[in-house]
Formats: sequence, C-alpha cells, structure tokens
Amino acid sequence: MRASLIVFIKECRESMRDRRVMLNALLLGPILGPVLFVVILRLTISHQLDRAEKPLPVVVIGAELAPNLIESLKQQGLEVLPPVPDVESAVRSQSIDLALRITKNYGADWQAGRPAMVELIYDSSAREVSSEAERLRGMLESYSRRNGAMRLLVRGLAPTLIAPVVVATRDQATPQGRGALLFAMLPYFLVLSALVGGMWLAIDSTAGERERQSLEPLLINPVRRDAILVGKMLATSAFSLTSLALSLVAFMIAGWFLPANKLGMTFNLSPTVIVTILPVMVPLVLLLVNLQILVTSQAKSAREAQTYLGLLQLVPIIPSVILSVLPIKAQNWMYTVPLMSQQLAVTKLLRGESLPVQPVALGFLITLVASLIAFWFCKRNYDSERLAIYG
Amino acid sequence: MIQAEGLHKSFGAKKAVEGVSFVARDGEITGLLGPNGAGKTTTLRMLYTLMRADSGRVLVDGIDAQTHPVEVRRLLGVLPDARGLYRRLTARENIRYFAALQGLTAEQTRARIDLLIKTLAMEDIADRRTEGFSQGERLKTAIARALVHDPSNVVLDEPTNGLDVMATRSLREFLRQLKSEGRCVLFSTHIMQEVAALCDRIVIIAQGRVVAEGSAAEIQEQAHEQSLEEAFMKIIGAAAIGGLA
Repeated sequence: MRASLIVFIKECRESMRDRRVMLNALLLGPILGPVLFVVILRLTISHQLDRAEKPLPVVVIGAELAPNLIESLKQQGLEVLPPVPDVESAVRSQSIDLALRITKNYGADWQAGRPAMVELIYDSSAREVSSEAERLRGMLESYSRRNGAMRLLVRGLAPTLIAPVVVATRDQATPQGRGALLFAMLPYFLVLSALVGGMWLAIDSTAGERERQSLEPLLINPVRRDAILVGKMLATSAFSLTSLALSLVAFMIAGWFLPANKLGMTFNLSPTVIVTILPVMVPLVLLLVNLQILVTSQAKSAREAQTYLGLLQLVPIIPSVILSVLPIKAQNWMYTVPLMSQQLAVTKLLRGESLPVQPVALGFLITLVASLIAFWFCKRNYDSERLAIYG
Repeated sequence: MIQAEGLHKSFGAKKAVEGVSFVARDGEITGLLGPNGAGKTTTLRMLYTLMRADSGRVLVDGIDAQTHPVEVRRLLGVLPDARGLYRRLTARENIRYFAALQGLTAEQTRARIDLLIKTLAMEDIADRRTEGFSQGERLKTAIARALVHDPSNVVLDEPTNGLDVMATRSLREFLRQLKSEGRCVLFSTHIMQEVAALCDRIVIIAQGRVVAEGSAAEIQEQAHEQSLEEAFMKIIGAAAIGGLA
C-alpha cells in the first residue's frame, strides 16, 4: 500500500511535468468532445430550422389558371419559379426538385364544383425532396379543406359533417426528452474523454518505461510488482477521472452556446447532475484504465501500444450507436452490461429523470468486478519475466 | 555474500545458462568475465530475482532468492544493464524515488543522498533534470539510486559500458572503496583489463557454463599461460570447441 502510494505520487508528479500528458488529459480529452458536439449540433439544428422556415421554391406550370390557389400557397411560403419545357424529364434528371402543374380543366372543374386536379411532380428517391413534396401537399390539402368547408357552409351544412373522426396528437416527449435524443452521443464523448485522459500515462508508465529502460531498475526494488502496478493504475485513473470531470464541465459550458431552446429542448447538465454522473462513472473508468494498461503491458513498444489504444477508443461508440439508432426502450438487463449501463444512466440523468437505483447499483458492481478481472490479467502480465526486458 | 548453485535457465529452446555456480565473498571484488552472449546478464538477472532459475538456487547472505525475493532485493544494490532514468525528474528526485521504495525514512534518505552525491562528485548535477545528461552523469545517478539503501552486496552489469577513460578510472576507484567498506562486489564485463585491474576473484563464463574460476594468477596457471589475456583466449577457445562438439 505504501509502495503503491509512492509510485502514484511519482507518476503524477512526472506526468504533470510532461506537456504531452497534460495536453491530452487536461485539454484535448475534455475539450474535444464538447467542441465536436456543439459544432455538429449547431449544424443539424440550424439545418432543421432552415428547412422549416425557408421559402419553398416550386416550378409551377399553369399558375395563371388558378390565381387564388397560388396566392394562398404563396402566403404559406411557396416561391413560384417560372415553368420549364419538359417538366417530367427535368425532374428525372434532377435539374429541378419539385414541380406543380395546374391541369387545363382546373378552372372549369372548380366553377362546376367538381374535384379540380393539380399534379405534383417529384422523384421520391432523391434526397430530401420527399419532405418538400410533403410540405407542398400539406399546403394544398389545407387549401382544399378550407374551400370544402366554405362550400358546405354556403349550402347550409355544417363543415363537421365531412370530419367524422378527429385526430388530436399529444406528444409525450418532455422538452428534456427531445433534447436527450440528440444528446444520445454525449455518453460516448464522456467515455472518450476518460480514455484520452488516461492514454498517455498508461502508455508511458508501462511500455514507455520499458522502452526507456527504467522498468528493470524499478522492479529490482524490494516491493511487490502488484503494488507498483496498483500505483500506476491509480495514477492513470486519476488523470482519466480528471479528464472526465473537466469534460463534464466543458459540456455544461457548451450547453450555454447551443440553440437548443429554439427547438424547445433543455439540456439538463447542472452541477448536481455532474456530481451524480461522476460516481456512476468511477467503476467504468477503472475498467477502461485496466484495459489500457493490459494493452500497453502486452505491446512490444510504445508505438504498438498507441495503435492498439487508438482502436480501443472506438469500442465504446458501439452501445451509443445501438442506443441512438434502435429506438429500444431501456431494459433492465442492459444495466448489467458494463459501458451500456453507464451510458444509459448518463442519458437518463440528462433527460432530467431519476435513476432506477437497483439496476444502476447492479451495473456499478458488475463493472467493478469486470475491472478487477482486467486488473488480474494486468497483474499476470506484470508478474511475467519478460515484462521488464526490452528488445 | 552471494552464492550461485547450479543455475539453469532457458528461453524456449535456447539454453542461456547451463549450470553456473560460484561464490562472491564480502570484502572482495568478483568479476564475471565472458564474451558477449555467454549468459552473464541472465545469470545476474537470476541473482537479483528479475528472473527465476529453471533449476539451481541463489543465496544472498544465506537467504534463498527463490522463496524470499523481496528480502533478497533489500540486501542487494543493483546496477542492471538497463539503467534508464526518469527524464522529467532531477537526479536527486530519481534517487529519492528509489529510497522511498526501499522504505528509508526521510532522515536516512537525506543523509544517504548527501553522502552519495559527495562520494560520486555529482553536486553540480544533483538538482538538474536528467534529460540531456551525459553517459557518465547518467551512470552516477543510476549508481547512487542503486546504493541509496546502503546494501551490503553490490551487483553491477557491465558498469563501464560507454564510459570514457576518466569516468572508468573513477568508477574503479569507487568499486575499490565499496570493497574496502567490507561489501561484496560482483560485476560482469567482457573487458579483460577491467578484471585484471580490479578483481580478487574471476569467474569466466562461456556458453552458459563456468569454464574457469580463481584469482588472476590461478587462472593463468590453470591455462599454462603467462598473461591473463592469453589464458582467457585459450579457455574461451576450448569452451567454444567443446560447445561445437
């Protein structure tokens, strides 16, 4: 225990003098996630806002045949583009996205009270065109409904006659819930910051020490090798956790710069939530650090260790992608899977919900056991004769 | 006192050490002489418990290295072949780290470090970061950290490697001083002049075996040669032929 503490202090002191370690643990690790996050989110949010508010340019053929219709559509955001000769082939070749054709008989049918036809010409396989076509269809239908109701009123009938069923939608997503959908990737960025924060120290304190030939003298001291390992593991964990904590703070600050409220979302990352997230993440950090040390103690050189650790950084993206792509409801068994357990818990906290105590505690314990198993494998590598010998 | 008894060690199919036995006594300098690849480093690594012998045993001051490795490491001061320092720590911090791991009190640590810095004449480098140290400066730091716990047995693997003439001379002086303090000094080398100048006893190793043992005079007599170098060549040559046959 005493030896572990000595090693811990020395590793921390040495790392604090290493610009590369400090840059990774205290700057790159914590900042990388939030910055990427804000940039991506700003882009998507402003993209969505743009699409909802911006005028809808449509090629209209025969606009003069239905002046009232066109006037009404213009009020809803339609921008009339001049007609082109062969509309169908223009749409097929994607030189125009969307066209509206007023049929020749429109005026006559309208006057006679027969259904008057307009044609919507678009290619549904083309990207993003479908939603524009839907928007135009919505405009046309509301015009149609309005005029239908007027005709009934003129004939002394209640417009409700043609609406026997009314559908009212009640969206149960809380503002936080809607936000958390977009924030499904945030847990991954948190895990990433923990990995980046611990990476250099994990490499430096095992593969690096061997490469610089200081591991052999170290191991000749009258202390057990697992005590040395524990010291290095704790130092790496300390940097990893610091990086994670800073990352949470950075995310909180980043939250202030998000136009999230424009979409009716709130992002629930308060200091209280941060203080709750940290202990939930501790066993995961221990597990990740032990895996990092396991990889570096296995590698033949620091460079090789770096390559493997780079790959290890991609692993935690898997549950994030699964959780954000598959709209599956959080099942209790998911809390028993290390990594997924913590990501679910973080997502719940961000939604402003309270944690289900038992599953989260179970996940905590299982992750802790997993990190002990990883530690046991590290210890096996450390006890091997070949550990200290370079070349 | 360090006793090696019938040490064997192989790495896979390669037999590195095949039955090495010798004794290094207190108050003497014992030289482990042999060509490159003879098994010197592997033998020393078994002595200081970095490696376990396949068979045979090591006793340091009567304590078995196999069963009590931590106690044995406490009795040994070791300058291994690998002598990397922590570049972002000063020389003094490097030494202090090992003193702490040896379990020295703050008082003992300060006294020992001051003494070693004075003995090794490293006052001007003690508080500099070791990044950019010369070979000699690095060696001094590595020796100081190996001896910080005042061990009665000192093991050095090729200590003069990479040193200039001046540094080599002062290192020899230092080893003699350790001997005069009554310590058991054991070092390995492939350089003949080294052992001739320093050693009370010489153990010649070739192809993982002890091929000759004794004082310089005894070895010359054994080989019926006038100079130690001729004796060494003859003994090594015989071992090589024996090994090939």
